[in-house]
Amino acid sequence: MTQLRLVLVDDHAMFRAGVRAELGNDFDIVGEAADVDEAIRVIRATIPDVVLLDVHLPGGDARAVLDGCLPHVPATRFLALSVSDASDDVVATVRGGARGYVTKAISGPELREAIQRTADGDAVFSPRLAGFVLDAFAGGAAEHDDEIDRLTPREREVMRLIARGYTYREVATELVLSIKTVETHVSAVLRKLQLSNRRELARWASDRKLI
Amino acid sequence: MPRAAHSREDEYVSTDVTTPRATRPMTGRVVAGVAIGLAEHLHVRVWAVRVAFVVLTFAGGIGLVLYVAFWAALPLNTQAATDPTVARSSDTTRLLSLIVIVVGIGLSLAALGVDFARGAVLPLLIAIVGAALIWRQTDDEQRDTWSAAASKAAQQTVDTSAAAGRWRIAVGIVLVVFALVALLLSQTGPAAALQGLSAALLILGGVALVTFPWIYRLLREQSQQRRALIRAEERADIAAHVHDSVLQTLTLIQRASDDPQEVARLARTEERALRSWLYAPDGDPERTFAAALKRDAADIESSYDATIELVTVGDTDLDPALSALVAAAREAMVNAARHGGHEASVYAEVDEHMAEVFIRDHGSGFDLESIPADRHGVRESIIRRMERNGGSATVRSSPETGTEIQLRLPRDSDVTP
Repeated sequence: MTQLRLVLVDDHAMFRAGVRAELGNDFDIVGEAADVDEAIRVIRATIPDVVLLDVHLPGGDARAVLDGCLPHVPATRFLALSVSDASDDVVATVRGGARGYVTKAISGPELREAIQRTADGDAVFSPRLAGFVLDAFAGGAAEHDDEIDRLTPREREVMRLIARGYTYREVATELVLSIKTVETHVSAVLRKLQLSNRRELARWASDRKLI
Repeated sequence: MPRAAHSREDEYVSTDVTTPRATRPMTGRVVAGVAIGLAEHLHVRVWAVRVAFVVLTFAGGIGLVLYVAFWAALPLNTQAATDPTVARSSDTTRLLSLIVIVVGIGLSLAALGVDFARGAVLPLLIAIVGAALIWRQTDDEQRDTWSAAASKAAQQTVDTSAAAGRWRIAVGIVLVVFALVALLLSQTGPAAALQGLSAALLILGGVALVTFPWIYRLLREQSQQRRALIRAEERADIAAHVHDSVLQTLTLIQRASDDPQEVARLARTEERALRSWLYAPDGDPERTFAAALKRDAADIESSYDATIELVTVGDTDLDPALSALVAAAREAMVNAARHGGHEASVYAEVDEHMAEVFIRDHGSGFDLESIPADRHGVRESIIRRMERNGGSATVRSSPETGTEIQLRLPRDSDVTP
């Protein structure tokens, strides 16, 4: 099997070097970028499988990179990476088209797994992102007729287990599902997170001046 | 208007002169602080100055004119205002003292044989009250600007007094306009009064039109200055914070560079502190559920050298039962930090029906039955505590998956919106 091709986008050279040292053996790192313009140029030129994208960049944020790349490289998947816990940053990036979100504190093996999952087209949810989703989709199910604006009970269960620190495999065991089914639920939640018009999500997005 | 710009520099100049430049203090004043300012400047008693003003008022109103002139001429003492703890007299007291003074003057004039029913005396008095209200208000705003700049605590006072201030200005304007119209009516007939009024309005409109650009620019410059001041203060705040926290920690890390565990602990503690300072969504840990959990998780991380990933969904004010839940969760976190391989995930969710906390670690697990009955930890501090408060605690543990302690507390009894 050929190695996955990666591009690292982060304004801290030290962080890029660290990731390169950690992942260099398992992935083919084809490019690095430190700001928005460079990122768009490198990604369009190399067309990688996965981009590790820092949420905060000089010259804009992750959203600008997503807007500049997604129409041109439809096969490339983006995994957001951040030190920030601020929900508006994270939610805005995911709504901008990233397939998932992890914090920079993530361990090497977990990051490898997250990249693989992203490349496979699945969603990557950290416990914290699951918490945001539960917060955003909390309550008021009655006032949202649209299916996209609420979580199914099963999706809520999956999100709660992820928020409790369960891996996908552990979620599957707990709910007596296959891992594939868990991935399907998580991807459905991701789609809702990206497309839903819920007030809370709109507010997060507008706080980041995305609307 | 230029007073505001000058006063500060004047303060600095005046510090090395024995007789201070006369200023109006912000506290302890009856009307505008003119008497106090003059008394300090002349080294005489305040009451003497006040009596002088009153006596002079009867000498053809000279006292009143002088008072107003000094009011306009003396700058506000902005230094004394930097102490926000000094109490100010309340609005009502100040308004009452103003009314008492005006009524006193009126009564004295009446005693001297001035006829109020006829002529311009009553309208003039009313106009003076209205003008005094407006003058005082602009004074207060200037003062509040300074105290707000000096301490953020005063910001709230500014916000609350802003609404009251607008009312006072409105009342003042109504009084002045009413008095002027009454004056006009008493001097001429209604038709002439109307004519005079429209002429006055026309002139006012013309003046407003001519001076608008100038006033506009002045206002804009003032708000720019304020913004610059606020920005400078924020920068100083950040510099102070970085110095106290990040730089100190970096120094400690350098010193402990041969002890990786200590370095990790320092970095984690600093990261947490910096994060909560930057994003500051923290409520008061004494008051809200999520903030209390966050505080406990941070405590345990630093005392047990563990990493606790805490995710909270929803938040609410603490009540006794929720406090017990937090205490039980803390116990469980300590347990996880000690025996759970230094890593734990904590998830807390609270809504109007239920509060739940899940504490999970990847340690080797333990068997609840095998714990001796006299061990206090899990049984007493977690399970019994939850039961006493109408909740429940479940422990799931196995060597493969680690331990998860689940705490549940139904909240149906109390109605929280």
